[in-house]
Amino acid sequence: MSTMLEVSGLTHQYGRGERAHVAVRDLTFTVESGQLACIVGPSGCGKSTLLRCISGLIPATGGSVRLHGDEVSGVPDDLAVVFQDYSRSLFPWLTVAKNVEFPLRWQKVSKADRKRRAEEVLESVGLSGVGKKYPWQLSGGMQQRVSIARALVSRPALLLMDEPFASVDAQTRGELEDLTRRVQRDLGSTILLVTHDIDESVYLADRVLVLSKSPAAIVADLDIDLPDDRDQITTRESEQFVSLRGEVARLLQSPQVQRTGEADTTDAASESESEASDAGATADEAGDAAGARADTGPHAATEADSDGPTGTDGTAEASDETATARS
Amino acid sequence: MSAPTATAKRGRILGSAAVTWFVFALALLLWELIAVGADTVYFPRMTAILGTGADILLSGPAWRLMLGDAAFGIVLPSLATALGAWAFSAALGVALGTALGRSRWAMDYCGTLISFLRSVPPVTLMPAFMVMFGIGLRMEIAAIVFSTLWPIVLNTVDGVRSVDQVKIDTARSLGTPRRYWLGMIVLPAAMPKIFAGLRLSLSIAILLMVVAEIVAGTGIGLRIATAQQTVEYTEMWFWVLLLGAIGYALNSALLAVERLVLGWQPTRGDDA
Repeated sequence: MSTMLEVSGLTHQYGRGERAHVAVRDLTFTVESGQLACIVGPSGCGKSTLLRCISGLIPATGGSVRLHGDEVSGVPDDLAVVFQDYSRSLFPWLTVAKNVEFPLRWQKVSKADRKRRAEEVLESVGLSGVGKKYPWQLSGGMQQRVSIARALVSRPALLLMDEPFASVDAQTRGELEDLTRRVQRDLGSTILLVTHDIDESVYLADRVLVLSKSPAAIVADLDIDLPDDRDQITTRESEQFVSLRGEVARLLQSPQVQRTGEADTTDAASESESEASDAGATADEAGDAAGARADTGPHAATEADSDGPTGTDGTAEASDETATARS
Repeated sequence: MSAPTATAKRGRILGSAAVTWFVFALALLLWELIAVGADTVYFPRMTAILGTGADILLSGPAWRLMLGDAAFGIVLPSLATALGAWAFSAALGVALGTALGRSRWAMDYCGTLISFLRSVPPVTLMPAFMVMFGIGLRMEIAAIVFSTLWPIVLNTVDGVRSVDQVKIDTARSLGTPRRYWLGMIVLPAAMPKIFAGLRLSLSIAILLMVVAEIVAGTGIGLRIATAQQTVEYTEMWFWVLLLGAIGYALNSALLAVERLVLGWQPTRGDDA
């Protein structure tokens, strides 16, 4: 397998100087061709910033992103993004078919070809015969199918999905998850999907990357060795699934995930209490501030520095941490 | 579709065209009755007004659909002035508004100025227009353009500015080339607001047309003024009602165009 996506030392901060908020810090990972990788992390941890950097929508302030070997600067041609908010992402003034054809307009594809390919891809997402409708005439799940179809129509080398199923009901979510896996297998696409939903990440992925709180850093990289054919009911019941899910959940609750961010922001400077809580205050969640105040000791910093796939370490400490947090 | 409830049913019956026209006819009838009761020259009977109107407009030969000289000599030129000036405003206003809205800083400089220009009651500028353009058609056009331009500009700026960030990201990630950006993303997204501006300015155009014509002594405006001065109140009322009808017809026509262009909007189609 060749490497499709290579992210090295990716850093992104908003603003400058004291007011700077580091959303992503020194992220390094790769995604192989044909892989479906999920990034799971607590909400507000910088997942969306990461995706925006990878897709070239915003230039990262540090590090590099390579798509099949080419440095990404600006939006690459053979990359597509599926956003969470389908109702805002689809163009309401275009019919479903025109929406799906949209990316082909900018490529050398004849009108007839565009039409045919749009029909094909709509059929592959289970939406034949709705091409003439407008997006608002479809249900939420169907609208998200349309945006998946639109993303796939130009056969992108890499498909990025930003919490794609977060705004649909549970039933539809299951259907869309299965659809994503099926389409990915059929077309051999490479998908990087970001989610905050642990179950979803394990169910979908060949591989799960666990991200820490803001600034995002990778704390674990798990291979998901579930069978390729997955089923919403039996897969989710299987022991393997349950234990993988538990592992990811523990990682997400581990002190590494909860604390890495705050410790990281202060690792260069000597750790003073005020600095740590400053870092917490810039993060958008109130919980961060609480975490920052609790973890100004040098212990937290050393722990955080050891990032990478140290899953079991994190697991052991996770239960301790939750116990102390509750008391 | 869910089963129609009693309220929905009533709503549909009340909202139907037949009912609103029935109420309209009822109002005309009420006018007639009050006028008969009042019996004053200032408030003529509706039948008399409509009769006078028919005499004025429908005095022509059959091959012209009975339309008389007044229709061609007075109503059409007035309409052409108003519509022509409004169309010019629309083209200029959308272009100007798009340019201002797309620029990062232009509205920081010009925003207050444009809001100010828009707030000046255009009718009060009539003397200034008379001095600048002389009494006549050029003055009428200038007055209508000046008063209809700013609502269109401001609405277009607003529309162009309010393109959803997710749509911008989507369009960028789908590789939309820059030269297609305006036509494919910005203007379609701004279209609902642009149309709101166009509708607003269309009614202003009719208003300014009459005022300018009264001042300049042409068209429908002159007729209203003359009828009033010569105590021909029946005729005066006819011209006033005709203006109402023209405004209604133009607004309906623009709505029809809007429905065609903005047919994609989920809430379109039931408001009139």
